[in-house]
Amino acid sequence: MTLAVDVAAVHKVFNGGRPNQVDALSDVSLQVSSGEFVSLIGPSGCGKSTLLRLIADLLQPTKGTIAVNDKLPRQARLDQDYGMAFQQAGLFEWRTVAKNIELPLELKGWDKDKRRARAQEMLELVKLPDRADAMPWQLSGGQQQRIAIARALAAHPSLLLMDEPFGALDEMTREHMQAELLRICAATQTTVVFVTHSIPEAVYLSDRVVVMSAGPGRITSIVSVGLGSGRDENTREAKQFYEKITEVREGLRGGHAIEGQKIKGVDDR
Amino acid sequence: MRVLKIRSLRPLAFGVLALALLLAAWESYRNWIGPWLGTEREVGKVLGFKLLPRANDLAMPSVFDMGREFGKPQVRGSSTNVFEAVVEGTFNSLKLAVAALILGTLIGIGAAILMARFKVVQRGLMPYLVISQTIPLIALAPLTVTWGGEISILGFEWQKWTSALVLGAFLSFFPIAVGALRGFNSPDPAAVELMDSYASSWWSTWRKLRLPASIPYLAPAMRLAGSAAVFGVVVSELSVGLTDGVGYLILAYLQEGTSRPAKVFTAVAGTVVLGLLMAALINAADRFFTRNRPQEEFS
Repeated sequence: MTLAVDVAAVHKVFNGGRPNQVDALSDVSLQVSSGEFVSLIGPSGCGKSTLLRLIADLLQPTKGTIAVNDKLPRQARLDQDYGMAFQQAGLFEWRTVAKNIELPLELKGWDKDKRRARAQEMLELVKLPDRADAMPWQLSGGQQQRIAIARALAAHPSLLLMDEPFGALDEMTREHMQAELLRICAATQTTVVFVTHSIPEAVYLSDRVVVMSAGPGRITSIVSVGLGSGRDENTREAKQFYEKITEVREGLRGGHAIEGQKIKGVDDR
Repeated sequence: MRVLKIRSLRPLAFGVLALALLLAAWESYRNWIGPWLGTEREVGKVLGFKLLPRANDLAMPSVFDMGREFGKPQVRGSSTNVFEAVVEGTFNSLKLAVAALILGTLIGIGAAILMARFKVVQRGLMPYLVISQTIPLIALAPLTVTWGGEISILGFEWQKWTSALVLGAFLSFFPIAVGALRGFNSPDPAAVELMDSYASSWWSTWRKLRLPASIPYLAPAMRLAGSAAVFGVVVSELSVGLTDGVGYLILAYLQEGTSRPAKVFTAVAGTVVLGLLMAALINAADRFFTRNRPQEEFS
């Protein structure tokens, strides 16, 4: 297995040397294999979003090294090796759905016909094939998030970085989107690093769940899930699913100072 | 179609109604209320303050006299009537004001791009932009003529209309610069991060994200800039003596204030129409640029 992401002994300090200095990440190492689905979970301020942005080269590590597809993160960003999706779908309201999906392709300099064809292909992948000419505000929240995923995957990146992409969706839509994401990733062989604050979401989606804790942000444990590729709605009621949820929850508590206290910013649902 | 009709006709109907009410109020004051209050000969006092205008033909000519003025010859024995002169003057001023608005928009957007791109420029330039708007136009207009007289580029000689154009642009660029800057900085940080994740250059991010995101901020700025351009052009016409605009007509017709007191109001009506035409043009442009967006009504 080749490595999609290799984070080695990374530290990240914000406002270093000033009174408001924040140790966002301390000695974080993480390896993500190609094709793997890895979730980052932890309380607010544990640095999970910071870690995602370091991998995306939107932030620079204070110490340590990061490699994405054996390249420097900057080179990986310039090559559009990864796509990104955020909590807010963030579609450009002045562009049609198809034009939104085409955005990364335009920036890569693709010609119009090729862009259009790829956008249609992506719309079929996210099961919204006839909404190409709709405007974003005509779509529901779940549909908008699907378009955001289609946009992130439009250039066929090998890596998908997602920052709580389903955090703003209602529970029903959210479970549906999780199943859709698994289907899409299986179809496209994409590696995913997924930030969430929902334990069941992390367990359901991931091959491995990386449990983090705050002050300073660090990895406290990594839970291998192994629910297999045939996950469906029944999986959510399986014994193994609950066992893994318990394991992640205990991991979160172990990394936290006060035993048994509800951990801020983590969803038990 | 039905929606469009209701949308465009209702404001128009209200506008006509408001105008009719204003004219009726004017007429009833000069014909009945004024005489009843005894303000025909001198300014009427309210609680000791001289507030109410004189209700005679010199100070408040009848609306019907104003209407008749449109049909009279421009000057004794001339072949063009006042209506034609006012229409021509209004059209000349409109051309100049639109050109001034376009020039002001380009300068304003250019300034906003520099300020959005370089924070140093924003800190350095903004105070000067604010100060620039405090200079009285009346003081500036004759100066531009003097300065302009020294300028001759590639055979182009500074004309009086150049002064009006420059002053209209000078007044209109400011709201554009402020509105565009706010608009360029309006995108969500996540949207900027998204563009960064695509390794988009500053210019691509500006073209594909910041510029389209600024349209809702530019629309109200354009409304302010439009009336500023009209004001700048009309006042410049007056003060630099640009004879083919409606602003100059006001000055010219005022000379006949005693013999034909209603005449100047035809030129005033011309400036009102000028302002309305400008607003309509900007409205149309706004509708065009925001046709695909979730609509909120401005006008």
